[in-house]
Amino acid sequence: MTGLDLSAIGQAWPFLMKGLVFSLELTAVGFLGGLALGIGLALIRHLNVPVASQLASGYITLIRSIPLIMVLFWFFFLMPAILMWATGATRPVQIGPVWTAFVTFTMFEAAYYAEIIRAGLKSIHRGQYAACLALGMTTAQTYANVILPQVLRAVSPILLTQTIILFQDTSLVYVLSITDLLGAASKIAQRDSRLVEMYFFVALVYLVICSGASQLVSVLKKRYSPAAR
Amino acid sequence: MFDVLFETVAEGDERYIEWLLTGLGWTFSLALSGWAIAFVIGVVVGCGRTSSNALIGLAARLFVEIFRNVPIIVQMFLWYFVVPEILPKNMGAWVKSIPPPWGSFLPALIALSLYTAARVAEQVKAGIEALPPGQRAAAKALGMTGFGVYRFVLMPQAMRIITPTLTSEVMGIYKNTSVALTIGLLELTAQARQINEFTFKTFEAFGAATLIYLGLALAVFVLMQAAENHFRIPGQDDGLKGKRQAAPAPRAGTRP
Repeated sequence: MTGLDLSAIGQAWPFLMKGLVFSLELTAVGFLGGLALGIGLALIRHLNVPVASQLASGYITLIRSIPLIMVLFWFFFLMPAILMWATGATRPVQIGPVWTAFVTFTMFEAAYYAEIIRAGLKSIHRGQYAACLALGMTTAQTYANVILPQVLRAVSPILLTQTIILFQDTSLVYVLSITDLLGAASKIAQRDSRLVEMYFFVALVYLVICSGASQLVSVLKKRYSPAAR
Repeated sequence: MFDVLFETVAEGDERYIEWLLTGLGWTFSLALSGWAIAFVIGVVVGCGRTSSNALIGLAARLFVEIFRNVPIIVQMFLWYFVVPEILPKNMGAWVKSIPPPWGSFLPALIALSLYTAARVAEQVKAGIEALPPGQRAAAKALGMTGFGVYRFVLMPQAMRIITPTLTSEVMGIYKNTSVALTIGLLELTAQARQINEFTFKTFEAFGAATLIYLGLALAVFVLMQAAENHFRIPGQDDGLKGKRQAAPAPRAGTRP
């Protein structure tokens, strides 16, 4: 190595930022899709829907027991075959690594968000359900207007913590050769032999974003802690 | 269904299942040694986070912030690619000449240990903070040294409180071993991928590895449950349960 060359980062800046934007997009998709699906899974378990509840529970345990990289490989190799079967096509339907990542993160995060929501649902006092029933609310109204708004607020610090982990995890799409922040940096690093500058830069970007977001977690914790409510 | 695992590999007289088992061996050694190191460092740093000495508190906080907020794959790249470059030339050359698989295993181990240690430290801190402040004051009033306060009063209680939440960190470390495949360690996931590449039996290769991971998860769960029971103090049960609810919610879900 011949000393640090920070201009290497300057030259690669637009490419790196494009990578970062993809990382953030993937985080947003994983968060929104995963949360929606996760709430669904949590409600199925909470309401003890026959069969579906057991399936949801099995799915959550399975996903939480295997590494994300493994799940990425599963979806990468099996989605084309599943889509071929589902659409009746004659050959495997290729969806490419980017869509694989979107689908995988949604499915993967759903299992983690579901457990968080379920823990939140347990903390709601039973009397609230009785009160909703007495007011003549339907089950859907009870959850949508009374229970879930409280749950989401109460678990917001944990949800954010999980989303920080999700943002860090998006870097694992490296194994599918996607150009996220890390992917972009590693491509430049190998092309220009600038390993030191590139990987330090990536570490710094993640450090700044994630510690900033962790500060927000402690703010949320203070605001929504049981004592403050 | 898993017939392919008992077929002989294309070149050589091994069977594919032996590839999986060697992979499992590396996954297991990495997780176990990583946990041992992470636990020790995590406990020390966690105590440091609650120290009344501002300098120690700051150092512990910096450790946690840095090693918790950089993704594990980036940390592995730093130890694997960057550290040999910034060391003095001869040392860097020596590090690069470490033969495989140790050349990948060691950076993976360092990265995984420090990353997990930062998480363990936060749990330990939460455990200590869940104790009433009077405990520390009383121990000091009895004339105990700083070390004694932690060793004999705070830690025995705090560690028992956090045993359930530590389970998720142990789960996290064995899942995170799979990231080591990105720096060339042929652990379980890497071997499954390799079998898939050689045989095109995707379902069998990944299915077998997934079953092994499920087995590991079950083993971790049973072991941690046993540890919790083993260390439980008879009669203090209810008190601890109350504390556990008062403790900050566990950091949800660990990584891949």
